[in-house]
Amino acid sequence: MNRSTPVGTTLKYVALAAYLVFLAFPLFWLISTSLKTPQELALIDPTWIPNDITFDNFRAAFDEQPIVRSMLNTLLVAGVSCVVTVVLSIPAAYVMARYRSVLSRMTLVWVLLSQIFPFILVIIPLFLLLRDLGLYDTYLGLIAVYVVWSMPFALWMLRSYVETIPIELEEAAAMDGATKVRTLRSVIAPLLAPGVVAAGLFAFVSAWNEFLFALVLIRDPELQTLSLTLVKFIGAEGVARLGPLAAASLVATIPSLIFFAVMQRRLTGGLLGGAVKS
Amino acid sequence: MSATVTAPPATPRPQQPRKRRSFLGLDRDGLMLAVPALIPVVLFSVYPLLRGIYLGFTDAQAGANAQTTFTGFENYRNLLDDSYFWDSFRIGLIWAFSVTILQFFASLGLALLLNQKLRLRWLARTLALVPWAMPPVVIGIMWRLVYHPNAGILNDVLLDLRIIDENVDWLSSFSVALPAVIVVGVWAGMPQTTVVLLAGLQSVPKELHEAAAMDGANVWQRFRSVTWPAIKPVVVAMTTLDFIWNFNSFSLVYVLTQGGPGGETRLPLLFAYEEAFRYGNYGYAAALGNAMVVVIAVFVVFYLRQRVREANAR
Repeated sequence: MNRSTPVGTTLKYVALAAYLVFLAFPLFWLISTSLKTPQELALIDPTWIPNDITFDNFRAAFDEQPIVRSMLNTLLVAGVSCVVTVVLSIPAAYVMARYRSVLSRMTLVWVLLSQIFPFILVIIPLFLLLRDLGLYDTYLGLIAVYVVWSMPFALWMLRSYVETIPIELEEAAAMDGATKVRTLRSVIAPLLAPGVVAAGLFAFVSAWNEFLFALVLIRDPELQTLSLTLVKFIGAEGVARLGPLAAASLVATIPSLIFFAVMQRRLTGGLLGGAVKS
Repeated sequence: MSATVTAPPATPRPQQPRKRRSFLGLDRDGLMLAVPALIPVVLFSVYPLLRGIYLGFTDAQAGANAQTTFTGFENYRNLLDDSYFWDSFRIGLIWAFSVTILQFFASLGLALLLNQKLRLRWLARTLALVPWAMPPVVIGIMWRLVYHPNAGILNDVLLDLRIIDENVDWLSSFSVALPAVIVVGVWAGMPQTTVVLLAGLQSVPKELHEAAAMDGANVWQRFRSVTWPAIKPVVVAMTTLDFIWNFNSFSLVYVLTQGGPGGETRLPLLFAYEEAFRYGNYGYAAALGNAMVVVIAVFVVFYLRQRVREANAR
């Protein structure tokens, strides 16, 4: 659509190149650091690309008891949060999509409020509440919090998936004498598979990446999640420790990378495109 | 944290309203399906939020036998006399405005480029999503490595280019810590904004552009009269949300500087966190949270007014 001049085209590529550099160089540096030997990390004049590439940092990171431990912890917490979020969200999302209820509007208000309220207002009472329930410093408490805080978005996603399912299917099931619950289980749920995958991945990744709740609600080093352990690592920041820190950080990114690889087309196109257009 | 961006337009439900007796507009089946999700939400989200707002009007303290009494506006009088409070709000506003504005222009530029047929566009699209895919803690650690005074790449590059003469300790220097942190904020927040703006740009009808070009409008004129009006609602929604998110941000700066040096990057939420969980002043910290709500409310009102005006203009 543009009859661009050569100068215009050149400018565009210069700008694009600048963006690429800005976006990529921190990541490049993280990867480069994770592949360097301690000797190379200590050089006065840092090398861009490691002279001799080593995977020792990854081994060192996995040899560190706390990192492996916290990775397994996080896997457990995020996995359970993901399953519970989805199981609770499917029926609620169905209700939101199919009933003309105050509930849907209330949920929408709550989705927005939960996005804009300062976390401190929620986290102090949550801390007190979980302490009183005996759930402070337990996985159960943390999981409950993660489920509740990833549910707004999961509900919102699932609701739009339910809306794409033709209502005639349900009417046919009702005609055959199926109850609402039965219909949901045998007709709707199977058709929701893509939505369930998306919402589940989302819940998993938000729990995996989360930091502030874990910081306040978990104290026992044995129970720490990965974010907490990584941050504790920073304190002991000899230059030699930078390598394992970088390696562990890269590993910690893997689950969300998978999520984004799966969701990329939806993120850049469908989901938001549909939400934004009016 | 999450990727909720704009509320979906309220679509009319394809269902006739049910006539049976109901609670919240739900029949028995509907209730049965909704309640399992409703209970945890009320218990772990609605109730804490309300109690948090209330705590801001009390003298709640940590400690086993601390008594909590309602103190009305005393916390807020103390806040007004607290120079740390003013500092953290000043820093919070500088941070939120700078990050939001820079992020918007950077994202708009990137989205405009990505909307054209350029080579390497796929690479830029993928890379533009990377910050979104990284846990905030990892982003913080990564930039600490970039900013590292001795082993960091930034000092190395700037020394080679002779822009600086000696290594700068970016995150511990009073003058550059806040700008350095702001750059990270922009980097981390660009993907969401870019994706949303790109979606907005793609919804601009191509025919309009062609017609305008036919009439001899140059690039800038076409942007102003075709693109901008079409994406403006998205822009207003996204920048409002970005501002609120940035004003509420915690993890990134906590990992980068913990609010240092000397409180130079202590955002409101970091200040509130310290008050609550280092010094145990729950009531005071909650009051700070309520004060943040006031700032946020101003922006929400501004946004809603824009929406109303647009609706009227239509």
